[in-house]
Amino acid sequence: MAAETITSGPAATWLRKRSRISAIEIVFWLAALLPFVLLPSYLSLASQIAIAALFALSVDLVLGYAGIITLGHAMFFGLGAYAAAILAKHGWGEPLTGLLVAALVAGAAGFVTSFVIVRVQHLALIMITLGLGLLTYELANSFSSITGGTDGLGVEIWPVLGIFDFDLWGYTAYGYALAMLFIGVLIARRIVNSSFGLALTGIRENNARMPAIGSAYRVHLQKIYIISAAMAGVAGALLTETTGTVSLDTLSFQRSADVVVMLILGGTGRLYGGIIGAVIFLIARDRLSDMNPQYWYFWIGLLLMAVVLVMPGGILGGLSRVFRWGAK
Amino acid sequence: MAVVLFDGFAFGMLLFVLSVGLSVTFGLMNFINLAHCAFGMLGGYVAVVAMRAFGVPFLLALPFAFLAAGLVSVVLERSFFRRLYRAGGLNQVLFTIGMVFVAAASFAYFFGTGQQPIVLPDYLQGYWEVNGLRFGTYRIFLVAVSLVIAGLLVYGLEHTRFGARIRAAVDNQRVAQGLGLDVDTIFAITFALGAGLAGLGGALAIGIVGLDPSFGFHYLVYVLIVVAVGGLGSIGGSFVAAALLGIFDVAGKYFVPDMGAFLIYLFMVVLLLVRPLGLFGKR
Repeated sequence: MAAETITSGPAATWLRKRSRISAIEIVFWLAALLPFVLLPSYLSLASQIAIAALFALSVDLVLGYAGIITLGHAMFFGLGAYAAAILAKHGWGEPLTGLLVAALVAGAAGFVTSFVIVRVQHLALIMITLGLGLLTYELANSFSSITGGTDGLGVEIWPVLGIFDFDLWGYTAYGYALAMLFIGVLIARRIVNSSFGLALTGIRENNARMPAIGSAYRVHLQKIYIISAAMAGVAGALLTETTGTVSLDTLSFQRSADVVVMLILGGTGRLYGGIIGAVIFLIARDRLSDMNPQYWYFWIGLLLMAVVLVMPGGILGGLSRVFRWGAK
Repeated sequence: MAVVLFDGFAFGMLLFVLSVGLSVTFGLMNFINLAHCAFGMLGGYVAVVAMRAFGVPFLLALPFAFLAAGLVSVVLERSFFRRLYRAGGLNQVLFTIGMVFVAAASFAYFFGTGQQPIVLPDYLQGYWEVNGLRFGTYRIFLVAVSLVIAGLLVYGLEHTRFGARIRAAVDNQRVAQGLGLDVDTIFAITFALGAGLAGLGGALAIGIVGLDPSFGFHYLVYVLIVVAVGGLGSIGGSFVAAALLGIFDVAGKYFVPDMGAFLIYLFMVVLLLVRPLGLFGKR
């Protein structure tokens, strides 16, 4: 795609401007370190949030930036989770290798399914992603000798980099997950602020125009789908490694739906949308399920309806509108 | 074998009643209503309450389920859905999934999370014996009801004045409006009809698959498969797809229980690859 790379002109200036790191981002990452000192008893929730945020970021790449509506992304999350677990089960519990293998397995699955994904649109696309997700779930359920079926697998994970052992309080787990989320954001921001990212946005906005101006739009979509699949796989592997277990629910439809909900709550097509959404969703779920364990999803449902009706751009979209309005 | 085929067909007919409304409203308004099965759930609970608290006989509880789901859907359509007609697929998907969450939690709050059993009248229980094969009476009833509904729908859409108006409104909304048709009202009525059918399906489902607050999610997948495989807005397509899916599902669980639901999902993915618009899709 070298011919499409933008190096000069207004688009290049715009891209360079966009890829500058803003003050609010630095504040965000400093705030992400606070749980270590202020909320040590919530570290396991915090690492769940970081993992969910990485997963949401991977979905944002395909849904928010490339416009591929997917209801089956748990497929890659679960494949990554099982890849890391099965590797550890066979005597290699080194965490970083686990992440790498998970990325490769999920990315390979993304490569195979991407040929299907780019061929269909609208309802058929929603149904195919949903169907592929359910298909993987049923496969894992059928091959219970490998996956442990409904019981799942428990695994032994070695210390990170050979130094940091996974402790009971979750210091290592959170630090590890947060570091991976940070790397994920760096990769994603490099992608979306490139000419490739611009091409994706172009495809999302008008998928008849891009091929007309000579863009190989199917190849673009396939590429981002594979990258996103690998990233989701890493998120799944992180869950396995930080909790020491994996179960079928990493592949469930509920997980695919939850991650889309997080993304929408935060705002699609913005790097931090999924992260903010994951923070809100998981904290809300934690608080609400403490208060009334059975009905927390009532409020999540209500929140979702409200976001669609009142704040179509999600919470970040709403905020940025408020700021723009305030600046006038 | 024949009994498995028949049970599968009966289950398929249940799916047909549950999903045909979605196929029609979906094809009509381009509105991805994932809350469709929540209307089915609503109908089911209305039937349960009517029978338990007010002693309404089963056959009379069915129209109640139909009317209740239809009425509620009109209120929701007028207040929320119509704003989302142009909001894009993703917003519709999310809004209606949010509704399913709310509905499931509400029903769990009022009725608990357990199954809601009902007592079927005597004449719908038991078996009919034909050549030594035993066919469930309730399943025969289900097939009969579904065939009548399919017939009425096809007749209503193809041969009545209102059907012609619906088709006109679907084919070209602006021209239909220009010709003086009240497209808004037509849409509202059609939507109510679709949701009402879902409600009826929910009430009918209690006798076969039971009813609990997860109904709205659980059967959503089946219903979406029927709609996607059958093709949008095609009653015949929904009928064939529902029958195939029901037979596949029941036979699969009976003959290869290890595979679970794997076969139907595979079937759907392959079919959508070959024909993205479904078996009988028009657009």
